[in-house]
Amino acid sequence: MKALVLAEHGGGTLKDSTLATITAATQLGEVTVLVAGQGAEASQAADAAAQVAGVGKVLLADDAAYGQMLAENVAALIVPLMDSHDALLCPATSNGKNIAPRVAALLDVMQVSDVLSIEGERTFTRPIYAGNAIATVESTEAKLVLTVRGTSFAKAEATGGSAPVESLTGAGDAGLSRFVGCEDSASDRPELTSAGVVVSGGRALKDAETFAAIITPLADRLHAAIGASRAAVDAGYIGNDHQVGQTGKIVAPQLYIAVGISGAIQHLAGMKDAHTIIAINKDPDAPIFQVADIGLVADIFTAVPELTSKL
Amino acid sequence: MKILVPVKRVIDYNVRPRVKADGSGVDLANVKMSMNPFDEIAVEQAVRLKEAGGAEEIVVVSVGPAKAADTLRSAMAMGADRAILVQTDETVEPLAVAKILKAVFEAEQPGLVILGKQAIDDDCNQTGQMLAALTGRPQGTFASKLEIAGEEALVTREVDGGLETIALALPAIVTADLRLNEPRYASLPNIMKAKKKPIDTKAPEDFGVDVTPRLRTLKVSEPPTRAAGILVGSVDELVAKIKDMGVVA
Ligand SMILES: Cc1cc2nc3c(=O)[nH]c(=O)nc-3n(C[C@H](O)[C@H](O)[C@H](O)COP(=O)(O)OP(=O)(O)OC[C@H]3O[C@@H](n4cnc5c(N)ncnc54)[C@H](O)[C@@H]3O)c2cc1C
Ligand SMILES: Nc1ncnc2c1ncn2[C@@H]1O[C@H](COP(=O)(O)O)[C@@H](O)[C@H]1O
Repeated sequence: MKALVLAEHGGGTLKDSTLATITAATQLGEVTVLVAGQGAEASQAADAAAQVAGVGKVLLADDAAYGQMLAENVAALIVPLMDSHDALLCPATSNGKNIAPRVAALLDVMQVSDVLSIEGERTFTRPIYAGNAIATVESTEAKLVLTVRGTSFAKAEATGGSAPVESLTGAGDAGLSRFVGCEDSASDRPELTSAGVVVSGGRALKDAETFAAIITPLADRLHAAIGASRAAVDAGYIGNDHQVGQTGKIVAPQLYIAVGISGAIQHLAGMKDAHTIIAINKDPDAPIFQVADIGLVADIFTAVPELTSKL
Repeated sequence: MKILVPVKRVIDYNVRPRVKADGSGVDLANVKMSMNPFDEIAVEQAVRLKEAGGAEEIVVVSVGPAKAADTLRSAMAMGADRAILVQTDETVEPLAVAKILKAVFEAEQPGLVILGKQAIDDDCNQTGQMLAALTGRPQGTFASKLEIAGEEALVTREVDGGLETIALALPAIVTADLRLNEPRYASLPNIMKAKKKPIDTKAPEDFGVDVTPRLRTLKVSEPPTRAAGILVGSVDELVAKIKDMGVVA
């Protein structure tokens, strides 16, 4: 089977989710990576993709129309490439989730979302009902379109490969949509979805200042990424890109510390694959304790600063 | 402008789904069902646009069993004007739903379609993007803000890196994220009024759409359960445990 992987990249490097998706693709067959983007950053990302172990070929589409990964333009770029590929794999990121279904519909195929494992050439597992059930599905489609959950596949080795990079010209701008601007929350913390340790705060944190005062020092001490419940994001304690859960990000760190989070099923959907879960909550009946490996029933406003100072 | 809002009847988000013992699916017998939460947000946004004078009519559509009429009534109680029920007892996959919606789109000629970003039962997150592809229209997925500015829709999207704003030529397809708005509760008089609003009942065949699934579900199983944990009695004990994990330098 010939598999095409849509790369997710930034600043000239590949995102970890791309490396995980490449691993999934190697389980299906020969791997070609498509890097769509604009300028030096795109060509650097293509060079990085060429080094990844297991990659057979890299396609580079460098055009202003692909600089912001607008779905209309990128989907139109991918569709003709599927004449010579049997499967498209995109990371199940906001970008992949945006583009893959558009491609699938243009190919008249049903997509398999959020693939957790590849059981056979056409058989996959995926979560449904916020991860409260796992479905094993078989696709009868001529072409496979998959989005891949990054935390479920090991990252491909970033070096060891030496694939050729071919330039590609697509149809360019479809003229349907336009990028206006973005508010990037740049941070020097580890990326939430691939961090080894995540410290997350919930509604109990009161406001943005308190959230920062309680959560940040502990995260700093543990070199951790910062997560949050939906309630904390809705209340403006921290940006939307920190939300963990069914509709936020999926994390599977070595250690997840839930601070003042009750453990709603929608939150658990995003973090219950962590290796070790620690929960700190004053309510001994909070559902988070049912999934926690280590629980501490305590007031976070005293317990967390004490914990940070003693670590 | 007319706004089309597709709404799905799903398990209520407060219910903990149980996998059937025979592995054939999730047990929905006697389970509370509701409108997909993201679709409530989509309906709310349409109603707000109408209240602000930016839309004349809101049409809601659902593909599902006869009971999906309840979901359509809830949407009309929130302020939608009329409804289309595409009745079927089959499980209809996003691609087929999108094909039905495309036919409705062509018949109704809306300026805007607002869907939920994902249905909380199948968690597919596909239908809006597929509808946009099939109609050849632009898409603004995971919207946390939506404004109509002249011939364009300005959509602020919740993306992995933060927030992104794009401009879409109308008609456009938008999918609602959680922070787009907080849906209202329907008032009693509006619930009564909604009972008199029309529901036009159709079948997938009326739109020439074959809803035969393209994916075969071989089995549905429980996710792996986590081993029972322990409670520690003090911060000092917790500190010791964390130090044992080797995560502190
Ligand atoms: C469609 C849908 C999708 C959703 N998606 C997500 C998602 O992706 N992610 C997500 O997180 N949620 C999601 N939710 C929301 C989810 O249902 C919960 O509402 C949310 O997770 C609750 O956040 P919380 O635990 O911070 O708040 P709460 O449930 O209010 O819990 C706060 C906790 O803090 C504890 N507490 C309070 N004060 C203290 C103190 N001083 N010391 C110690 N403990 C204290 C309380 O005992 C309580 O357990 C979604 C909901 C819907 C309907
Ligand atoms: N059967 C359906 N009837 C009406 N709308 C639907 C249906 N299925 C999906 N949708 C719409 O598409 C959105 C995304 O669903 P999904 O792609 O299944 O995650 C939902 O939030 C609804 O707005």
